[in-house]
Amino acid sequence: MNNMKLMQGNEACAAGAIAAGVRFFGGYPITPSTEIAETMAKVLPSVDGCFVQMEDEIGGMGVVLGASLAGKKVLTATSGPGFSLKQELIGYAACAEIPVVIVNVQRVGPSTGQPTSPAQGDVMQARWGTHGDHPMIALSPWTVRETFDATVMAVNYAERFRTPVILLMDEIVGHLRENIELPKSDELNIYPRRRPSKTRAQGYEPYAPEKDLVPNPADFGTGYHIHVTGLVHDYTGFPSGSPAVTEEFIDRLHKKIAIAQDEITHYDEFFMDDAEYAVLSYGGVARTAYEAVRQAREKGIKVGMIRLMTIWPFADKVIRRNAEKLKGILVPELNYGQLKYEVERAAAGKCPVKLLAKYNTEIFTPSEILKAIENLEGGRIL
Amino acid sequence: MKERTYEKYFRQNRLPHIWCPGCGNGIAMKAIVLAVEKQKLPRDKTIIVSGIGCSSRASGYMDFDTLHTAHGRAIPFATGIKLANPELNVIVITGDGDCTAIGGNHFIHGARRNIDLTVVLFNNTIYGMTGGQASPMTPLHKKATTAPYGSVDRPFDACKLAQAAGASYVARSTAFHVQHLTSMIAEGIACKGFSFIEALVQCPTAYGRKNKMPDPSEMMKWMRDNAVMKAAWDKLPEDKRTDKFPIGVFHEQQTVEYTKAYREVIELAQGGRK
Ligand SMILES: Cc1ncc(C[n+]2csc(CCOP(=O)(O)OP(=O)(O)O)c2C)c(N)n1
Ligand code: SF4
Ligand SMILES: [Mg+2]
Repeated sequence: MNNMKLMQGNEACAAGAIAAGVRFFGGYPITPSTEIAETMAKVLPSVDGCFVQMEDEIGGMGVVLGASLAGKKVLTATSGPGFSLKQELIGYAACAEIPVVIVNVQRVGPSTGQPTSPAQGDVMQARWGTHGDHPMIALSPWTVRETFDATVMAVNYAERFRTPVILLMDEIVGHLRENIELPKSDELNIYPRRRPSKTRAQGYEPYAPEKDLVPNPADFGTGYHIHVTGLVHDYTGFPSGSPAVTEEFIDRLHKKIAIAQDEITHYDEFFMDDAEYAVLSYGGVARTAYEAVRQAREKGIKVGMIRLMTIWPFADKVIRRNAEKLKGILVPELNYGQLKYEVERAAAGKCPVKLLAKYNTEIFTPSEILKAIENLEGGRIL
Repeated sequence: MKERTYEKYFRQNRLPHIWCPGCGNGIAMKAIVLAVEKQKLPRDKTIIVSGIGCSSRASGYMDFDTLHTAHGRAIPFATGIKLANPELNVIVITGDGDCTAIGGNHFIHGARRNIDLTVVLFNNTIYGMTGGQASPMTPLHKKATTAPYGSVDRPFDACKLAQAAGASYVARSTAFHVQHLTSMIAEGIACKGFSFIEALVQCPTAYGRKNKMPDPSEMMKWMRDNAVMKAAWDKLPEDKRTDKFPIGVFHEQQTVEYTKAYREVIELAQGGRK
């Protein structure tokens, strides 16, 4: 009990970042993510880290990427409009393989939308917001404690795969307060910054992949004289116009994540053993969905729940395996319908998938989801 | 013959460069490494950061840790590097479009913070890389592919902009005045604060051809004939200033540097502990 703390989701994110070794934050304030920046501004200098408020979100991305290249673990946080601005350099980080975590505490869009209201409208932007082919890792926590864990995980994945990782929060979880107990630092597995495995004299190539398909470009200032660019490059790090190099490069970016997909797919299953139907949900909505499923069970409806924490790469196998034995899946989302189409694709016709969309600034009530579950059971699934 | 000691600063295996014959970018790049040599910057602790454009390709030829960022974004990346590791010397190479159009906001805020970067703007008054569109530094009435009747956009004076925004050191020189340019950059490196050096460079291909000056040597002669040293410029009557422009140090005032200021934040956060 001694370690119990009343914490907000956004504060838990900042605490997770510090615990994971983040020592640099750059960003631009925006509701409902601002508490993350404010907490980092306060805490970072006390652990010899650095906080900088930039002129806009593009600058916020640029400054953290520079700091990451100079050896720091880095994180930036934003919401809808700022997330749009960050897309340019999220692509740069994917291409130049720079570890970085981008937190997006989602609010209602498009544009300025409804700044203080929760939404899940950036699921597809998280996946495809920057131009060109690139892989993406996005995690969506549903509790304050899991926000801490997911942030640690996001930092670890960014470092391990040398890739941008998106922590896809929402206003519900970001502003939620819960009594939580944080793990002690020796209970955490922290992935260290990757180091070159060869010296220059041994023929070190900064972008030559290791066995896990991830390269080890040296931190700036360590004597390797590497070149980093957002142009397609070969193992030396220098631009190449070769079709073969380009193809191998784009392939490798995807494969380095794909070969680890099972390991980075995090999800929960509740009441699924004898379930005939399932509710698939994520983020803050999963809290309401869980209550609705529990109430449905009390009424004797054989419904279970799949809760995705890893949104991208999408949990195809989990959906496929369940779809085979289900009569239907309900996907409640605080948007006009986004992840539902992924579920449908992964279910591949094995069972129908129904969307329960809400986009009026209000969160779901358990009875709304319960009613939709009852409709599923009544065989009226579309 | 004088030994070309500066050649050690280039990645010989990356040469020849991609620039057109007669392009001024190579001269400005050489001036930077001469300044690095003059200031004896340790190569392992010197980082070259550039944006996107013909000018920004320079980073790839220079044998340091080098970072070719996105269009306009060199200064935020450089800010992150410097803040993450203040012992590093960070030099930014940028173009007139890169620095004052798409990167304009980052530029003034870098100067405002007064972070210890040395920013060298290769000013060819045009978008070279994309084939000659107008930039915010294209002189009035000069032609560009996007200003076929002559530009009606009033140009920025990037030096005045840097000074007004809070830079510690502001200077201008040209590709014709190589030694002068080198010493302007060297002084900028020595200054512990945001240093800005505008290097006027010729672009015969995308600018010269469209503006009746396709010969690079003519363009350099134009620099020789129209650049006026600051002291002389200050005495020049207004009517004699037409078509001429000043070069030299315009501003030098070292105020508190950003990484030092942040060091104080760290001490405050840690209760006065050093
Ligand atoms: C976001 C973005 N917009 C546009 C471009 C296309 N582009 C590449 S270089 C350039 C202009 C470069 O001009 P300048 O900065 O003056 O450099 P120069 O080539 O003249 O040295 C433009 C518009 C780009 N790469 N990225
Ligand atoms: S287009 Fe102009 S700036 Fe670019 S390389 Fe050619 S001469 Fe130089
Ligand atoms: Mg230019």
